[in-house]
Amino acid sequence: MKKWVFTAAMMAAAPLTAMASSAAPAAEGAIHDHTEGWNNLWGHLVLDLGAIGVVFGLISIYMLVSFVRKSENEEGSLPGLSLGGSLAWTLVPVFVFLADDMYLAANGFKLWINQRTVPVNAREVKLTAMMYNWEFDYGNGVVAEADANGRPQLFVPQGQPVVLRMHSEDVVHSFFLPDYRVKEDVMPGRITYEWFLPKQIGENVLTCTEYCGVGHSNMFGKVKVIPAAKFEEMILAKSGAATPAPAAPAEGAAPAAPAAEGAAAPAAPAAGK
Amino acid sequence: MKDWIFSTDHKRIGILYLVGSIAAFAVAGIMALLIRLEQSGLGPTITSDATNYNVWLYFHGAAMILAFLIPGLTGFLANYLIPIMIGAHDVAFPRINSFSVWLFWFAIVLALLTFVIPDPPDVMWTGYPPYSVQTAGNTSFYVFTVHLMGFSSILGAVNFLCTVIYMRAPGLGWNQLNIFVWTVLGAFVLQLIFIPVLAAAVTLVLFDKYFGTAFFAPAQGGDVLLYQNLFWFYSHPAVYVILLPAIGTILEILSTMSRNPIFNYKTCVYGGVWGTVVLGSDVWAHHLYVSGLVDWLRIGMMMTTIIISIPVGLLVLTMVGTLYKGSIQYNTPMLYAASELFLILAGGLTGIPLSMTSMTLHLSETYFVMAHFHYIMGIMATFAVFAGVYFWFPLMTGRMYNETLGKLGFLLNFIGVNVTFAPLMWIGVEGMPRRYFDYAMFPQFEGAMKIATVGALIIALGMAITIITWIHGAIAGEKAPHNPWGSKSLEWTHTVYPPGAGNFPTPPTVSADWSPYNYGKHTAHTI
Repeated sequence: MKKWVFTAAMMAAAPLTAMASSAAPAAEGAIHDHTEGWNNLWGHLVLDLGAIGVVFGLISIYMLVSFVRKSENEEGSLPGLSLGGSLAWTLVPVFVFLADDMYLAANGFKLWINQRTVPVNAREVKLTAMMYNWEFDYGNGVVAEADANGRPQLFVPQGQPVVLRMHSEDVVHSFFLPDYRVKEDVMPGRITYEWFLPKQIGENVLTCTEYCGVGHSNMFGKVKVIPAAKFEEMILAKSGAATPAPAAPAEGAAPAAPAAEGAAAPAAPAAGK
Repeated sequence: MKDWIFSTDHKRIGILYLVGSIAAFAVAGIMALLIRLEQSGLGPTITSDATNYNVWLYFHGAAMILAFLIPGLTGFLANYLIPIMIGAHDVAFPRINSFSVWLFWFAIVLALLTFVIPDPPDVMWTGYPPYSVQTAGNTSFYVFTVHLMGFSSILGAVNFLCTVIYMRAPGLGWNQLNIFVWTVLGAFVLQLIFIPVLAAAVTLVLFDKYFGTAFFAPAQGGDVLLYQNLFWFYSHPAVYVILLPAIGTILEILSTMSRNPIFNYKTCVYGGVWGTVVLGSDVWAHHLYVSGLVDWLRIGMMMTTIIISIPVGLLVLTMVGTLYKGSIQYNTPMLYAASELFLILAGGLTGIPLSMTSMTLHLSETYFVMAHFHYIMGIMATFAVFAGVYFWFPLMTGRMYNETLGKLGFLLNFIGVNVTFAPLMWIGVEGMPRRYFDYAMFPQFEGAMKIATVGALIIALGMAITIITWIHGAIAGEKAPHNPWGSKSLEWTHTVYPPGAGNFPTPPTVSADWSPYNYGKHTAHTI
């Protein structure tokens, strides 16, 4: 019995020490890239849960293999528990589970704060979802055009965080960027947001993950990460093309929308311009 | 025939629940097979119309949860066993019991009409508005099915709570109850509290769609998230309505087949079962981590969700502990029960990342979630029902099933589910979304999908063998000996197989040192 209690106590202490060692702060002022944060925490989880799984799995196999019935009339001989034994077999596991739970929750919460806090220099893009398409609006009447196949594409500058202010025209959709480990539902009547940091030049899948009807699996397109200078050039060229037109109402409406409905969205710093 | 239709005998009603839920299971299983076949290759494979696929998904989910798992555990097993386990001659309200099984049958017929009406519901079992309001699919069939099932379950819940509270055999104290009785009590308390909320939610969808109200239409002042909160307010506890009786069934089998008492009985009951009931009603928002819900509620529910691993952990500890120094006999029910240790481990541990808000930002609505709840809810609970059918087969039919066929069916089922769901879990982590007719943007997952389809075919074979084993055993099995597993529980010791009207030739009374788990040197006092 004593040996068991000791082992359990050690198991309880292990995550606490691990927590202390993983609390190293990130460099001051750096953008916390939550995609990397997700990958790191996932690695932690696989180890943590893998260890629990192996321990419980081995114990189960041991029980199942070593106590096979030998004779027809044999009965089990599980020792009865005293009150103390019963309490120990309840409270020790409870605190072991609780310790691991708190460790995971603390790490999860740290990442969550990062995921939900938009960096001040984020580029704001307005996203409109509809059955079965996405539209991206950069303000000043600049919108991202579909590619040659009619697929939506979201151009983003390399190295600058991008925040999407999202709403839907019809049903609930969900904007998912698998490579950036982030998604959030997009619905009518509320503005939601998600942000990510495009680091590498290239293409990533964007797609819908909330069932929205017959075209649900057809709502995919590409995030196109391009060099920042090229991106600014593209925006400038397009807004130049847009300004001569009598776009006064459109221009007024685009930036005003997030502000007016901003009450529904959690407070996040606006694009630092 | 008339004897069955008008029967108020809880055992016949239990069998009727079994037949109805297995019928629903068979159709839902065929849907699952169609789903896997459709996904076996890129692009359209067995149908070119995504709506067909969406209707299969809808039916598979709704039927498995509402028409198979919940009625299989709280309808069939609870009905058949609880009065006998507590030494009662029947339930408290036998006619209401009969009424509830027929409500359930009507619900199944209504659900099956999905396949003959012109615009079948394609709203998934979650039925989220505004889609469920805007779709051309006939959402009302879904709503009325939920109404009938829900009404049936509420009546059952009242009936069984009264039965256990008032009709226990003379001398049978609360701490001498079978663990299965406790888990069903927990499940019925959840049903009684939360079903009305689900009924309200789907009724409001019905009003929005057919009467022009705007509860969930933002343009007219409604709120989309209101439905999701109401829906999961029931549908998360529903997971425990399934989990608890499933664990209760497994514990009965583990205890009997290892001839050991339930390990740490009181902790299992008051900590495990009731801890799950209390906490299980405060975790629903973990289905809404990416829904745009306010952030503080997501964090609060992350804490409750993580903490629910404690009562569930206590239940698992009892399962493992019950085997310690046991005398384990391996037959078909025990194989199913033993495999549960691994299914719960796989399903339970994969639930922990999903309890964390930050992890779900990537994992929610992917195949990872899908594989997780198939392990812990779908397969675990299905295996529990199967284990229960095999375990109480001699009691219910008076005959023995064929052990070789039973074991063969188990083996195919167990291999099949892992071949299916392990690859799907893997591609879920890589980002494969659920409920996709096609996956043109993820061609790299085609191989895993093909493996999963092979797994589904193995399961189909295993299921077919299982059902043949039951039918064969019920018709042509050998006559069952008295108490074939050597159980100490009232349903085995004080009855003839199958029990007649009134259950017991002489009504049992129990002494203070009696327990359904008096194995070895134990009496009720020492556990």
